[in-house]
Amino acid sequence: MAEFTLPANSVVKSGKTWPAPTGATRVKNFRIYRYDPSTGENPRWDTYQIDLDQCGPMVLDALLKIKNEIDPSLTFRRSCREGICGSCSMNIGGTNTLACIKAIDAFEGDLQISPLPHMEVVKDLVPDLTHFYAQYASIKPWMQTQTPAPPDRERLQSPEDRKKLDGLYECILCASCSTSCPSYWWNSDRYLGPAVLLQANRWVVDSRDEATGERLDNLEDPFRLYRCHTIMNCTNTCPKGLNPAKAIAELKQKMIERR
Amino acid sequence: MKTANKRPLSPHLQVYKPQLTSVLSILHRATGAALAVGTLLVTYWLTSIAGGEESFNSANAILGSWFGRLVLFFWSWALFYHLSNGIRHLMWDSGFGLDLPTVYKSGKIMVGASLALTILLWLVA
Repeated sequence: MAEFTLPANSVVKSGKTWPAPTGATRVKNFRIYRYDPSTGENPRWDTYQIDLDQCGPMVLDALLKIKNEIDPSLTFRRSCREGICGSCSMNIGGTNTLACIKAIDAFEGDLQISPLPHMEVVKDLVPDLTHFYAQYASIKPWMQTQTPAPPDRERLQSPEDRKKLDGLYECILCASCSTSCPSYWWNSDRYLGPAVLLQANRWVVDSRDEATGERLDNLEDPFRLYRCHTIMNCTNTCPKGLNPAKAIAELKQKMIERR
Repeated sequence: MKTANKRPLSPHLQVYKPQLTSVLSILHRATGAALAVGTLLVTYWLTSIAGGEESFNSANAILGSWFGRLVLFFWSWALFYHLSNGIRHLMWDSGFGLDLPTVYKSGKIMVGASLALTILLWLVA
């Protein structure tokens, strides 16, 4: 059963305010979710007042500025800073996106940042993605074949067949979509969620893959696929502009077509 | 890694910004539930006819009161909302209108249609 409120140990208390340096001209409040596993205390909202004239343009720039200059204990994942690694996905201003490619000035007023929603928090903005990755592994995200590969070259694909992978192969598995999905919030123990289902479709439509039947068999389940109710939060939030809801709809259609 | 305390759950409904997508979706479920309850009310009205004039008059008095009419008004809107959005879902399930601009457009049209049909019904009835 879905729980709409946070458990007692997860209720976010108000925290500390780190004031802007004197002489700051363009100050913005960053309200950031903090959780320190070593204290055993509840998570808290800390507010950092940042002078935007002394800060880079992206939300990740502000997080790095805080970590480098104000509070080195602030913990978050980041790597490529150009929207291709998917590490810095988090809830920024109420929707999930990548901190590195989200401009600070896309938001007016105070900006609230919390970890990806409805996930177990390891520390601060770092959620535990173990289960998400296990679900990804469960769809066998690699090419499965029966026929032997050509001896002298790779398995070829026509430009038309290759085109079918557009809109699917670009997924970077940042989990923004899955953790924006209310169905995934309430049923992530059994529902695979938009990101993993988009990946499932990526292998189903691949002309070189020969396990389409088994892949669809694996999704024939009341929860794994069919907990998608076309809410569309996934497509609304994808930082890469992909359409997981459409990929899931295509999977549902293929389930019917093969009957 | 073993931690001394159970890890907290990150905020979800508490922080996630309501979207047209999620709001229309939860309204679909809410109207579905309201329809189930409201249909009992309409069934009571109809079955009261079988109980004779007296029972029909008392049922009619309850449902014909301003409060009864208000409930029936919202019930009829729930019906048209669920119907209109149901058609939208049928469209999606056949693979149409799944791109974001169309989703927003069809959502607004659907809400407009449900309101128009409700007003039309009450003007005619």
